[in-house]
Amino acid sequence: MTQTKERLVDWYLMSFGEFEKTLNGEAQTRLHALRRKAISKFVDLGFPTTKDEEWRFTNVSPITNLRFLPVTEPERSEIRLEELSVVGLPDFDCIRLVYVDGHYASELSLTDGLPAGVTVGSFRSGLKEGNNSLFQSLAHHAGYEREPFTALNTAFLQDGALVHVPRGIVVDRPIHILYVSGRRSRPFLTVPRNLFVIQDGARVSIIESYVGIEENIYFTNAVTEVVVGSGSVVEHDKIQSESVKGFHIGTIHVSQQERSTYTANSVSLGGGLVRNNVIALLDGEHCECTLNGLSLATGTQLIDNHTTIEHAKPKCVSHELYKSILDGASKGVFSGKIFVRKDAQKTDAKQTNKTLLLSDEATIDTKPQLEIFADDVKCTHGATVGQLDEEQIFYLRSRGMGLEQARDVLTYAFAREVTQRVHVEPLRDQLEAMIHAKLHRGRIIQDDRETDE
Amino acid sequence: MTNSLMLEIKNLHASANGNKILSGVNLKVRPGEVHAIMGPNGSGKSTLAQVLAGRETYEIPEGEVVYEGKDLLAMSPEERAREGVFLAFQYPVEIPGVTTSYFLKAALNSIRKHQGLQELDAVDFLSRVKERLKLVDMDKSFLSRSVNEGFSGGEKKRNEIFQMAVLEPKLAILDETDSGLDIDALRIVADGVNKLRRSDNAIIVVTHYQRLLNHIIPDFVHVLVDGRVVRSGGKDLALQLEEKGYDWVKSEPNGVSVGAEK
Repeated sequence: MTQTKERLVDWYLMSFGEFEKTLNGEAQTRLHALRRKAISKFVDLGFPTTKDEEWRFTNVSPITNLRFLPVTEPERSEIRLEELSVVGLPDFDCIRLVYVDGHYASELSLTDGLPAGVTVGSFRSGLKEGNNSLFQSLAHHAGYEREPFTALNTAFLQDGALVHVPRGIVVDRPIHILYVSGRRSRPFLTVPRNLFVIQDGARVSIIESYVGIEENIYFTNAVTEVVVGSGSVVEHDKIQSESVKGFHIGTIHVSQQERSTYTANSVSLGGGLVRNNVIALLDGEHCECTLNGLSLATGTQLIDNHTTIEHAKPKCVSHELYKSILDGASKGVFSGKIFVRKDAQKTDAKQTNKTLLLSDEATIDTKPQLEIFADDVKCTHGATVGQLDEEQIFYLRSRGMGLEQARDVLTYAFAREVTQRVHVEPLRDQLEAMIHAKLHRGRIIQDDRETDE
Repeated sequence: MTNSLMLEIKNLHASANGNKILSGVNLKVRPGEVHAIMGPNGSGKSTLAQVLAGRETYEIPEGEVVYEGKDLLAMSPEERAREGVFLAFQYPVEIPGVTTSYFLKAALNSIRKHQGLQELDAVDFLSRVKERLKLVDMDKSFLSRSVNEGFSGGEKKRNEIFQMAVLEPKLAILDETDSGLDIDALRIVADGVNKLRRSDNAIIVVTHYQRLLNHIIPDFVHVLVDGRVVRSGGKDLALQLEEKGYDWVKSEPNGVSVGAEK
């Protein structure tokens, strides 16, 4: 470990000490025992370097060069509801939890009308009280022993979102969990934490989104754990639209039981340095796991998507489609691991990674990694990297569209392959509008929405 | 028929990657006329069509194309389209993720905008488009499908004519629109084109075979060999070619013009 890194780890250790002083009686709780283990693990692990295989393409020094102050005290929110609609609060009927700098903001949230037995809310008080069922799942799937960023998240864990859907319940309105980073002037750290427990046969759509309200410097280090019960159906959408000066490291751990269907759609638009991890364990037969991702990077953004799908049981299906659109001097990374365990016969796994480079300076590192220990499986992967197709551009121009418009239409179409997989329709519309806004960088195409019947 | 020229191609030369393809093509087209350009494989028929549409992969060392009094070669592909030039592609391009409806509306509105017309809103656009679909016997489900994606060869060709019907070009160039079509599809496509014939527009039909010309009756037939028009005539010329083959005209030393009054 280098000198600088040691000092930085010390910085978080010191911040942890400051945090402890504010806790009083809470320092004796079960939660705090977890935090202490996590901080000590974090100090042991340190921040990763490009020498670590998992971080070979992503240098986190922009994060380690700064000292982020963990936001341990909820502040009276100065953020108004109207402002949120500008930065990405979808304008549709949903159950909504809003967090400002990692702390629950009840005045901005909306949790009325939940089906009986369903819990959606902040787990701050449950954590403090050492709620048993909460602790049964929390930190159970997202191990911090080997993951420094998960350890750092767990060390400062105070609040988060709990979604608990009991057996057989269908939640028909989407649940939107919005993490807003506010107006603090000094670089700050937030550690959003989510726990979704979806019991057998339940159905739900959950949207996780991360937005910056201003172009300031902060670090969002989020961890989400998802337990997908037997026969349940979960759609999990993630929208990352942080400040371009912000940093985002988000890890999603999914554990699927038999005959469950889990679909994740992850769209990354913001952030200076972004790493999205998805780790899915298919732990029962006949599971279906679909991971889709779209990155849209410009300027000097770096967006890294790492996925791991572990086929632990037979007869499961996994599909992955990750696409990147890279402009300017931006950088994309995709690493897709598929593990097929010895027992996981009849596995059907398909991974696709496509990159569209819009400039000569943009680069992508892509790394599929298949480790197959069973002999009767179907596993395929493919990666393509390319520019806009000249034939397609000419075809559009020959019908009257200008060069810029032709390029935009084709770029947008490339993105649409992912966005159209989002089932929550108003969210899909909003995403497409956000992508448009970013693609066009101020250029407006007249009436660019679809005119389908 | 008016006497004013719509298109005049004068001594047009074109090459690609240093290979000479067109070596001095001359052609005059007036509003209301249908011209057929025939010729053996590799004679430069498709190159001529592509050059007129503005394909940038060709070098034009010599020659001139005047379209409605303007220098066509100086215009970008989109300017040509907006001025009323339309190419029905020999190989229509698939564009996944862009619906036919979106594509056509964007195309139509950029043309209308250029012509100082009001852009169509979704409702007006849809009613116009539905009516034109009938022309080529296409179902409205085409509109919500991605442009040409997964279309059969025949569907792609019909889609080209459908686009022509919606965009209403002044000069339409049909590049081997008959290739890959069975007899029924050929009739549908040809009938569609015939319904679009007007006294103020012109059509250039590029084809290898005479069979399309049984349905779309040309006013003039030009035979292109080795990048130049070696013979021009009336519709009977196509029948002669069908009977005698291209070798019959290949031996002609120089362009012989019959019928096509200069």
